[in-house]
Amino acid sequence: MCDRILEKLAILADAAKYDVSCSSSGSDRKNNNQGLGNGHKSGICHAYTADGRCVSLLKILLTNHCIYNCAYCVSRSSNDIKRAAFTVQEVVDLTIQFYRRNYIEGLFLSSGIFRDPDYTMERLVRIAKKLRTEHRFNGYIHLKAIPGASESLLREAGLYADRLSINVEMPTEQSLQLLAPEKKRTDMLHPMKYLSNEITQYQHDKKIFKKTPLFAPAGQSTQMVIGATPENDMQILFMSHYFYQKMQLKRVYYSGYIPISYDNRLPAIGTPVPMIREHRLYQADWLMRFYGFGVEEIVNPDYPLLDMDIDPKLSWALRNLHLFPVDINKADLSLLLRVPGIGVSSAQKIVAARRFHTLHYEHLKKIGISFSTARYFITTKADGFRERDLTPMQIKQQLLTIQRSKYRPNFSPQLQLF
Amino acid sequence: MQLLVYDGSFAGILCAVFDVFEYKFKEVRLVLANTQSGLLFGREHTVITDETKAARVFTGLSKRISARALTQLRLAYLSEQADIAGILVHYMQYAFTSPTSVETDFSHPAVLSVAQVARKVNREKHRMEAFIRFQLTTDQIYYAVIEPDFNVLPVIANHFKERFADQDWLIYDARRKYGLHYNRQELTVATITFEGPVQAKNSSAVYDASETLYQELWRRYFNKTNIEARKNTRLHIRHMPLRYWKYLVEKQPVRS
Repeated sequence: MCDRILEKLAILADAAKYDVSCSSSGSDRKNNNQGLGNGHKSGICHAYTADGRCVSLLKILLTNHCIYNCAYCVSRSSNDIKRAAFTVQEVVDLTIQFYRRNYIEGLFLSSGIFRDPDYTMERLVRIAKKLRTEHRFNGYIHLKAIPGASESLLREAGLYADRLSINVEMPTEQSLQLLAPEKKRTDMLHPMKYLSNEITQYQHDKKIFKKTPLFAPAGQSTQMVIGATPENDMQILFMSHYFYQKMQLKRVYYSGYIPISYDNRLPAIGTPVPMIREHRLYQADWLMRFYGFGVEEIVNPDYPLLDMDIDPKLSWALRNLHLFPVDINKADLSLLLRVPGIGVSSAQKIVAARRFHTLHYEHLKKIGISFSTARYFITTKADGFRERDLTPMQIKQQLLTIQRSKYRPNFSPQLQLF
Repeated sequence: MQLLVYDGSFAGILCAVFDVFEYKFKEVRLVLANTQSGLLFGREHTVITDETKAARVFTGLSKRISARALTQLRLAYLSEQADIAGILVHYMQYAFTSPTSVETDFSHPAVLSVAQVARKVNREKHRMEAFIRFQLTTDQIYYAVIEPDFNVLPVIANHFKERFADQDWLIYDARRKYGLHYNRQELTVATITFEGPVQAKNSSAVYDASETLYQELWRRYFNKTNIEARKNTRLHIRHMPLRYWKYLVEKQPVRS
């Protein structure tokens, strides 16, 4: 018995590890039934894997049996691997026992598709329901919505889960066609749209009726595999922009393709995981969500690719040097946020602190901005205006010589000359 | 330079502030009672800790700074850093003499220090909420041992009380030799005297029969969820500092 459950967990955790999302934030479900657990607004990472990724949820597949044969997926039907499936009760027990020992914030449950979408979805929902109703569990639950599942099941899922997600898998329909010919883009977008409407409705009702039952309070998210197919960064980021604007998604995750297949439609095994590119996409995503950047400012037909050697904010600043330098003691928050080297919390601190004193460079350093980067883009009257007329190229070179990225050898071959 | 001798408590610090204004002290330094270094210069004044005085100072303070700033002061105090009492007094002196709220004036050394120290303590508070690992004992108490750098037990208690409302638990700070026990109703401070080491390894007599299985399952899960192709040890250690490993189930070798 013990050996079998250990083996199942090994197989089904291994198969779920390529799902990027691990977030347990955005839901502050209360424990007001004297039950087990609650939601933490910002989420808690309870452990970190040896690759440095956060572990906050028990992330497993219900089963890795799958009727589909998507080229990029380890669980594809043609792949010769060990298969396993949990029972409903096994997943419930694991979640409760891990949670009680403070190993996890909750459950992230995905699944291969066995028999048909509704059959699979029904089981995922049953697990969430059991946790909530029988065990009075108020921890975080993230369920994968299975593309093609019926609306009534999606609705029930929303009543028990904190977050729902449907992976779009590929940034464009053509790539999906190529790698997962049995899947249809519309099967993913329809439920996403349905959930988006339901979530909007819930947020609206909540303002009027205090007792509105929770419906996916942490919203929905999605995930795209990048680097497996030839899309450029502009296509990817415009897609994300579409999800944020039209579907009100909370997060879009980017998963750098890890070669796992000898399929000749995909990068060969041994090809490095595109980690810097993934990182730059996340940085660009952050700029859209927290820094007030429009997607077309970050990438556009003239700049369809993100720079690999510098971050997207610095890259934008160097293309728009005419907007700088920014006066630290005068510029409004939205402009401070656009200064390379100044993050959200530093920008807020600057605005708060300058009501008391005129800020000098020394104050800025203590506040914790990255001064060596920011100094090219800011000025303070207190230190005397310093006119610099460096070209974007000169600034970039100077910054590259001081930065020490472990990815540096990967940036571009020319860089190694310096 | 005026020396103020106080008892090390937070109330003691508040009373020191009271005396600063009462006796119109200018430049002050705080010294813990019993650790007198016998200063040659400056006069000495013993602060008598009085709860009513402390409460008055606290009420006055809460009119001048926000609840968030008060929390920062408490967190900074829990850092147990040698010079923190003096910094807190300077902060409060500044808060009481300024007509407007000073809590965001990061150009003032005491305000900045408090913010920075509070941030460090807060980080460890958050880490303890993450890295505490309970083990189920035979008497059905979920038991955890910690050794945090700062005295964070008082500020993590509520988190665990709200979260694990339906189980008995005990968190023991092995460095400061006290723990908190929750019995599904209330929290009590527990001082335990151990015979031998705090964490007796493999003591199956103490732990519930299911404990070994779930620890093994957790270790298995932890190892299987790692992606070998993305290995990044530096990042791993930055997030999960080595000093916490001792009490992390997933970092213990697999038992045979």
